[in-house]
Amino acid sequence: MDLLRFITAGSVDDGKSTLIGRLLYDSKSILADQLEAIERASKSRDDGEIDLALLTDGLRSEREQGITIDVAYRYFQTPVRKFIIVDAPGHIQYTRNMVTGASNCQLAIVLVDARHGVAEQTRRHSLIASLLGIPHIVVAINKMDLVDYSQDVFSDICIHYAELAQKLNVKHVTYIPMSALNGDNVVDRSESMPWYEGQTLLEHLETVEIADDVNLTQGRFPVQYVIRPQTPELHDYRGYAGKITSGQFRKGDAITVFPSGETSTIDAIEIAETHLDEAATPMSVVLHLATDVDISRGDLIVRSDSQPLSSQTVEAMLCWMDSKEFKVGNKYVLQVGTFRTRCSVREIAYQVNVNTYEQIEGVEQLRLNDLAKVVLRTAQPISFDPYATNRASGGAILIDETSNVTVGALMLVGEA
Amino acid sequence: MKLDYLDQLESEAIHIMREVAGQFERPALLFSGGKDSITLVHLALKAFRPGKFPFPLVHIDTGHNFQEALDYRDAMAERIGEKLIVRYVEDTIREKKLKEPTGRNATRNGLQTFTLLDTIEEFEFDACIGGARRDEEKARAKERVFSVRDEFGSWDPKRQRPELWNLYNGRIHKGENVRVFPISNWTELDVWNYIRREKIQLPSIYFSHDRELLIRDGKLMATAGGVIKPEADDQLVTRRVRFRTVGDISCTAASESMADTLDAVIDEIQATRISERGETRMDDQLSEAAMEDRKKGGYF
Ligand SMILES: Nc1nc2c(ncn2[C@@H]2O[C@H](COP(=O)(O)OP(=O)(O)OP(=O)(O)O)[C@@H](O)[C@H]2O)c(=O)[nH]1
Ligand SMILES: [Mg+2]
Repeated sequence: MDLLRFITAGSVDDGKSTLIGRLLYDSKSILADQLEAIERASKSRDDGEIDLALLTDGLRSEREQGITIDVAYRYFQTPVRKFIIVDAPGHIQYTRNMVTGASNCQLAIVLVDARHGVAEQTRRHSLIASLLGIPHIVVAINKMDLVDYSQDVFSDICIHYAELAQKLNVKHVTYIPMSALNGDNVVDRSESMPWYEGQTLLEHLETVEIADDVNLTQGRFPVQYVIRPQTPELHDYRGYAGKITSGQFRKGDAITVFPSGETSTIDAIEIAETHLDEAATPMSVVLHLATDVDISRGDLIVRSDSQPLSSQTVEAMLCWMDSKEFKVGNKYVLQVGTFRTRCSVREIAYQVNVNTYEQIEGVEQLRLNDLAKVVLRTAQPISFDPYATNRASGGAILIDETSNVTVGALMLVGEA
Repeated sequence: MKLDYLDQLESEAIHIMREVAGQFERPALLFSGGKDSITLVHLALKAFRPGKFPFPLVHIDTGHNFQEALDYRDAMAERIGEKLIVRYVEDTIREKKLKEPTGRNATRNGLQTFTLLDTIEEFEFDACIGGARRDEEKARAKERVFSVRDEFGSWDPKRQRPELWNLYNGRIHKGENVRVFPISNWTELDVWNYIRREKIQLPSIYFSHDRELLIRDGKLMATAGGVIKPEADDQLVTRRVRFRTVGDISCTAASESMADTLDAVIDEIQATRISERGETRMDDQLSEAAMEDRKKGGYF
């Protein structure tokens, strides 16, 4: 059985948490005691209806304020697929939590309140989803119960969103009219919208094609740890432990090590002391090389037939996630794969206007949740692939050297 | 090549463990003897063999553990030849003159945190790997894989670090430490299916057996070790039971069950309509936000 990771996105109160609750409820994935607990917690509400959003809004302050603050993870499965659900906050202040949740997802459900249409946060989250390279977008036009289940309202919003999607070049967009509150088109087909002939949300989630999203061509293996038992029997054992983040490796493959550029061939591939002839992403394995090469944590082993870029001056799209400003000249630690190096900010090429997607030039500094194209100079060359072709080896983070906090998400574009 | 979801979860967990090995100087793996930490040990074997673990196993013993779990713990450490450190809540109570909760449903579970923090200080652990899963509880559902704690072990849910892709940031200041949860994304059923697939041995109390219990507040509590003192209105019974989780005797309830094989246990778990913690844990039922509050206080 395969695994689909998806996230909900969209403005505050568009119904993201309610939708997740509804999806779990109608697919009978909520256990009796959890249901009782949210029934109890819902009692305080005036209408007495159970508030399905409480299934994911688990923090005290979230319940007090009736909003989502940080991402919640929920799990469920149907006979065809297993799902990891990430419920993101809609509030702009917590955008970085949405980015955190979205980074590992293959699909994003962007909710739109049918009464209000596409809002600023719809645009921002759609932009983030596209920058993060999430290949599948579902536009859930929600609260259809509040617009008399009108097909016209639905069509208008679809047209509007399609214009926006064009600018973002997201690959697959699907539109579904819904009422998360009442369960229309979530798991069960809506009786109030006979004009909609497409799939329900769950049908879509179960059938959307995700196998093609995996990069199987560029063999990449960031070294995490070197296994050297140094016991008498295993005196010469030297295994490189890591995860194949993209592509595949076979015994006998020619490999190159970055940043040193040294070459060798694969002598053995091991997983839990069992030998394999080949292994592919996302397996965690141990590699052995035919020759003695100096390799340690932070090095990148690649298949020699597909070389990564290697550079000290790089261009990247940046999601800035800290309350301190990002400015030209600032220094950070950059981490790509298992490699870390210091870097300094050369240039803010442009900031992206989250409403119009226009490029704003001449920006001096970035603030929390700003999105921009930047140029960085690194202390040592970094090896990477453009994020657009390889999410695993093109994503990097910036770490503040004094607070140690992760402050930026980088989608590497290329050499500058 | 398409990997099954269990392979994907396994690979993710191994990757996280190796990140701990690569990023920290003095990590530890917190081992309780329960199925989740047994799974962690199995994953560590896969991550580091034929090398040694780059961390010791650490058990915070409340003194109220099931003997079967303790025996399993010692036998396992012996079998795999890894270092086991045990620290006792009993000692902390004595040394710190802590007041032990008394009364009907008294548990030492809360006092564990003191011993854990002392142990972290004693060995200067900078990272502690634990077997918590996000599907267990609504506060856990919100926690990062690398969860940074201040010197008091507190979790601040409003100030969690961004955590992107599979790039984990374990940089911390002196005194802080990171709790790491490699099986965050596993469900209870995933753990059981994995145990079956990997043929992992579990302590016998996970399978049905006859046991003396007392019925308290509708839950079946073990009388073993005299941890729970029977009171006048408690009814003593012998039942065929198994434990769905194995924690402190004082707060882990048994489930009536005839399931004496892994297949049978998995069938039962698949059919159940009650969550693991809802069925077995007394400590979560104290209040709506019990887990969140304990985490803020340094709990795992
Ligand atoms: N009428 C109607 N109300 C809905 C629907 N979906 C959600 N709501 C209501 O909208 C309000 C907000 O819902 P939430 O699910 O908390 O919204 P959210 O998008 O998760 O909000 P944040 O996470 O804080 O960004 C609640 O009062 C819901 O009951 C719907 O389909 N119809
Ligand atoms: Mg929400």
